[in-house]
Amino acid sequence: MTPTPDFLDGNAAAGDLESLFGTDMTMASGQCHGCGRQMMLAETHAYLGGPGTVLRCPGCDGVLLRMVRSAHDMWLDASGLDHLRLPVSA
Amino acid sequence: MARATVPRRLGERLRWRTARLTRREDESSLARTLVLDVPGWPGHEAGQHVDVRLTAEDGYSTQRSYSVASAPDGETVELTVQRTDDGEVSPYLTDELTVGDLVELRGPVGGWFVWRPEQKEPVFLLAGGSGLVPLMAMIRMRRAVGSRTPFRLIYSARSPETRLFTSELRRGDPGLDTTYVYTRSAPPQWPRPAGRIDASVVSGGGWPPDFEPTCYVCGSTAFVETAAGLLVALGHHPGRVRTERFG
Ligand SMILES: Cc1cc2nc3c(=O)[nH]c(=O)nc-3n(C[C@H](O)[C@H](O)[C@H](O)COP(=O)(O)OP(=O)(O)OC[C@H]3O[C@@H](n4cnc5c(N)ncnc54)[C@H](O)[C@@H]3O)c2cc1C
Ligand SMILES: [Zn+2]
Repeated sequence: MTPTPDFLDGNAAAGDLESLFGTDMTMASGQCHGCGRQMMLAETHAYLGGPGTVLRCPGCDGVLLRMVRSAHDMWLDASGLDHLRLPVSA
Repeated sequence: MARATVPRRLGERLRWRTARLTRREDESSLARTLVLDVPGWPGHEAGQHVDVRLTAEDGYSTQRSYSVASAPDGETVELTVQRTDDGEVSPYLTDELTVGDLVELRGPVGGWFVWRPEQKEPVFLLAGGSGLVPLMAMIRMRRAVGSRTPFRLIYSARSPETRLFTSELRRGDPGLDTTYVYTRSAPPQWPRPAGRIDASVVSGGGWPPDFEPTCYVCGSTAFVETAAGLLVALGHHPGRVRTERFG
């Protein structure tokens, strides 16, 4: 049997993402800087067990986005994404 | 209409709310349903989850996600939690939390693993263990709005005693077909010996890929990997397979 990977879906990070961005980000689409893959943030691989939240690319496993909360600040590093596209209401 | 109760929240930061346990019910030998009163609950969509936060006296706090089990119903939110014996949060929620106690939650969150009543394509639900919870919300939402969209459910449980929502599923809904798979022990005379979900179960209990169903797969990471892999191998388009890994 193959070992089960220890990630969840990006959807599992919906609460953290929404508390930062103020809107549902799971339906935002992004493009991976590493391999060019387009995906919804809900479809990324989410690693929530560490000191922060990390979303990785399902194509190349590169880090797309990292959120870390310290005592006074929230750090956001989204440099693994070429862009993010959000649906907006009319 | 349920849909109209879900406001757009663009620009509003997600808040932690205080919820009060008003009732709890045994759901299986491992799971309890918690009925919570959440003042100001904005409504939810079928498949969304909440984050639950527990804080100890010394300030240590921890949070976990739980799917909403119920269809939207005012300020009442039902969660169905399955106990992980050596877990930190689930034994507290199933065994310690008593009626009148408060917990913090935020949500609903997640706009992706959602079924909306205006979807007209057939729906294929694949649940492993507690992964049935958000799929049950979809079944309940379908019933609440009187949708005729055909649903098929494959539900994999360890044994008959660990099944969730047993009597509700036995009562059934017109247009919902359910297939059970048991991984550890099957009832006597059950046609299929205990074992993991496989291609014959998925093709027998589901829709053929030409019907272009939307597939919702939820359960442990291992279950989701297996079931989603089988769907794609059988010819379902990966873009129509939505997954929710519970860990
Ligand atoms: C979007 C989403 C929705 C969910 N919905 C539901 C739901 O509706 N119902 C439900 O019952 N669950 C649901 N879950 C799962 C839930 O969030 C919890 O993961 C589950 O209740 C277990 O939490 P716990 O605190 O009891 O266990 P944890 O303390 O998190 O432990 C889980 C397992 O990991 C092991 N473990 C813990 N720490 C370590 C470590 N350091 N090293 C090695 N192993 C370790 C433990 O032994 C245990 O077996 C959902 C998850 C997600 C992501
Ligand atoms: Zn990539």
